[in-house]
Amino acid sequence: MRTRTLLLVGLLVALVLAGVVSLYASSEPDGLNRVAGDQGFSRTETDHRAADGPFAGYTTRGVDDGRLSGGLAGIVGTVVVLALAGGLAWGVRRRASGESRDDSSDERTPAGKA
Amino acid sequence: MHVPDGFLDAGTSVATGAVAVVGVGLALRGARRELDDRTAPMAGLTAAFVFAAQMLNFPVGAGTSGHLLGGALAAVLVGPWTGLLCLSVVLLVQSLLFADGGVTALGTNITLMGIVGVGVGWLVFSLVQRLLPKRVGLVPVTAAVAALVTVPTAALAFVGLYAVGGQAPVPLGALTATMLGWHAVIGIGEAVITGLVVASVVAVRPDLVHGARRVMAARPLEVRTVPAQSREVSS
Repeated sequence: MRTRTLLLVGLLVALVLAGVVSLYASSEPDGLNRVAGDQGFSRTETDHRAADGPFAGYTTRGVDDGRLSGGLAGIVGTVVVLALAGGLAWGVRRRASGESRDDSSDERTPAGKA
Repeated sequence: MHVPDGFLDAGTSVATGAVAVVGVGLALRGARRELDDRTAPMAGLTAAFVFAAQMLNFPVGAGTSGHLLGGALAAVLVGPWTGLLCLSVVLLVQSLLFADGGVTALGTNITLMGIVGVGVGWLVFSLVQRLLPKRVGLVPVTAAVAALVTVPTAALAFVGLYAVGGQAPVPLGALTATMLGWHAVIGIGEAVITGLVVASVVAVRPDLVHGARRVMAARPLEVRTVPAQSREVSS
């Protein structure tokens, strides 16, 4: 499979997951929120500073239809994350230099240095 | 596992913020060795996929849900340093744009899901990979094992932070037991999703999977003769 095809298929899958499948996700509290409720420390949670944002809570402000509102928020988030992370990675990547072009994967991987 | 504002005191939040800044700083340097023209787009896609998958809460019983953290997944797909950058971008966007995960808790969340999730995921993956035969087919299983470990480990790390800077008095034994219990179950979902996604990419382009490099290099080169008329197909 060509790299471009893989990237496009992957992006399509991510958009469908965030824009459509997410509407069927469980709305039960996650592990941490469950424990916070059971152990009695969820009450210390304070209001979120970004709670008035246009996509706060994975809903789109101004869109009344709940499914459209949630799906749009998921798609916007996926695109924003793609652009930021992709741009960041593109910015810090190793440029192919003229003196030593090695197309194969090099041996200088930082494996295990973490 | 997104920690909201108010769970931890200011001092702990500042400390985890500093840890996150140092971690992301190191990742910006380390990622340079992992990224080139071919793999940089994969990093963007990995982050987008982790964001999307984190929206998919799956039920784990008794009115509780869990979702992918994605640390092990990102580490195996694009490498640990790049993986930490991916998770940091996801957590930043979730906090600022979607009010998911506190703003003062952003450092805490990058520490827990980014540094601990990606770091432990990569360490376990590397360790298990060394113990197993060098076969590309084992990469997804190895990634799944790493993913399984990351979720309860991140939960334990939260307990550690809460022990230091929790804003409510909570018995540590009960906190540890319940955090570990729920997140052990959520870890199974993490392992299944991570294994399936890594298997899908390995099946079509193992050369783009960072965690498959070591085992692919071990594969002996084959000399194959190609019939003259079919040569143009290969590109």
